Amino acid sequence: MSDSTSGQASSAGRSGPNRSFFSQLELDLRLLGMIGAFLLICILFNIMTGGQFLTPRNLFNLTIQTVSVAIMATGMVFIIVTRHIDLAVGSLLATCSAVMAMMQTAWLPDMLGIPLGSPSLAILAIIFGVIVGGIIGGFQGYLVGFLGIPAFIVTLGGLLVWRNVAWYLTNGQTIGPLNETFQLFGGINGTLGETWSWIVGLIAAAAAVLALVSGRRSKLRHDFPVKPIWAEFVVGGIFVAAILGFIAILNAYEVPSRVLERQFEARGETVPEGFTASYGLPISVLLLIAVAIVMTVVARKTRFGRYIFATGGNPDAAELSGINTRMLTVKVFALMGVLVAIAGLVASSRLTFHSNDIGTLDELRVIAAAVIGGTALAGGVGTIYGAILGALIMQSLQSGMAMVGVDAPLQNIVVGSVLVAAVLIDIIYRRRVEG
Amino acid sequence: MAETKQQIDRSCTPLVAMKNISIAFGGVQAVDDVSIDVYPGEVVGLLGHNGAGKSTLIKILAGAYRMDSGEIWINGEKADIRSPAGARDYNIETIYQTLALADNLDASANLFLGREITTSLGLVDDSAMEAETRKIMHRLNPNFKKFSVPVSALSGGQRQSVAIARAVYFDAKIVIMDEPTAALGVHETEMVAEIIKELKAQGLGIVLISHDTREMMALCDRVSVMKNGALVGTEHVEDVTEDDILSMIILGKNPKREAA
Repeated sequence: MSDSTSGQASSAGRSGPNRSFFSQLELDLRLLGMIGAFLLICILFNIMTGGQFLTPRNLFNLTIQTVSVAIMATGMVFIIVTRHIDLAVGSLLATCSAVMAMMQTAWLPDMLGIPLGSPSLAILAIIFGVIVGGIIGGFQGYLVGFLGIPAFIVTLGGLLVWRNVAWYLTNGQTIGPLNETFQLFGGINGTLGETWSWIVGLIAAAAAVLALVSGRRSKLRHDFPVKPIWAEFVVGGIFVAAILGFIAILNAYEVPSRVLERQFEARGETVPEGFTASYGLPISVLLLIAVAIVMTVVARKTRFGRYIFATGGNPDAAELSGINTRMLTVKVFALMGVLVAIAGLVASSRLTFHSNDIGTLDELRVIAAAVIGGTALAGGVGTIYGAILGALIMQSLQSGMAMVGVDAPLQNIVVGSVLVAAVLIDIIYRRRVEG
Repeated sequence: MAETKQQIDRSCTPLVAMKNISIAFGGVQAVDDVSIDVYPGEVVGLLGHNGAGKSTLIKILAGAYRMDSGEIWINGEKADIRSPAGARDYNIETIYQTLALADNLDASANLFLGREITTSLGLVDDSAMEAETRKIMHRLNPNFKKFSVPVSALSGGQRQSVAIARAVYFDAKIVIMDEPTAALGVHETEMVAEIIKELKAQGLGIVLISHDTREMMALCDRVSVMKNGALVGTEHVEDVTEDDILSMIILGKNPKREAA
């Protein structure tokens, strides 16, 4: 076999000393490109706003604004990888949000007599909302997988249906204020504070290092090639620095003195001289990180994830390998529904109320985030971290333009153009890589 | 060539017997009352024009299609094959003409697709699967080195060896090969022929589909010819010439038998 020997030669060449610095680190080039694009956007806006963009306060806000779309984008990766699309996520978010809002403000207090303000209201509402999201998502998946209706049509219908189911559930009213425990998931109303943020950061850093070590051990155990030890240290160092740097930025955003005064007043105290407090890591961001970790493990380390990518790569092959691709479609859409419900929790609690237009156009933001993050619409290719970075890039563009004072119509024109340009760059990149 | 063939013991129960198989698609009788059997250590060739029903017949055995009528017997027991996974439970493995590989996944993910090795936590154990893949590929195709790239980056022969590895790794008793050499070069075709001989020596039963009658004469013990969904006949290769087989394919009858 002539070309297998040439393949051997080239792989031997790659492991030789001539390999470039970056290839020895074995970092994903696409990931580096996206981080580069993100940094470029940040620096540009920082210059244009005279240093307003890269402040702890703005970065904090940027993070909590990204969470809802980012959570949904991780699910959209699976949907698009299996060659489907979900246009209904924004509307389904509204339905889930409406269900959760009505549960905690009307249904549960009326039916079970649970007093308003009870934390159990929030917990029950969230559980019920997630179940509703999962069931509706699974139902759409059933229509796609078992009845063979194209996902585009099912979810285009869903786009109209669920938006207006939400309208009926609330009679078109804005529902709020939401339960205080519920509001913890919104961002500014639920943060860990300085000390706990550092603790979480240190745990995350330790986990990242541990993951690298165990990955290397596993490779060595089977005598697979590993990267040089210095490269492991560089990658580990980057991870740790990024995690702790992120925590440091969030901790640098201090609670304004007026807010502190109000908090102390509520307890009948006065603010001690020189007292400051930081917001730290928002619970919503912690939620996103948890979702990201779980989804990444599902994608890479479970049979379910393996089958999702196999089905996206070659549906016939997946079926001939004994994979139940119909049931897989139901599961993927149900998972999307669960994530939409979680995103609805974050979105409505960030606003502190459920509004009729919540989640409008989110389907486009979510799909754009997944696609900018390198998910191929042809199926089979996509990463969770890419989708989250894609969401962050979209949000930073939007926030930055708003800060600079770009007209709202022009903002949307730019975001739309960026989406198309990002896909073009992706196509060119793939062509070059695949040669 | 025919003289060097070892004799197949056909007094025992056949490894697989397909009896009176029929299947129709929307009024078209794709397979019409066809019976074939395969004994341990035997290679049975299926020949016929495109559309003669060869691929449909083996897809029934592989569990991809459900037959309308007929019976499949495995090792003397009636088998009920409802799905590809069901066929695998009977140790029937199939190498499809299209190879049925997920191009975006690497060799070991494809080899274990649907049958992943998992850790005690239920997570897929990529390292263990890659180690197993390295072992079997070393046996089948020692030049194979591309373990960590998607199979879309492999050559035709390399992809074929992944598909073959998938069929033989899981303790197959019956291997179905649908045109395994159609897209391959000379060296790669030789590799496949060697593998077929090795599997045969291990006592596996092989159903081979090909258009290359010369190759079939060399590799098979018996050949079955199909035309328009029906079986024209099954012949021991030592009893017929290439021309006889060609007339069976084209005319739908065996001139020697007609003469006799």
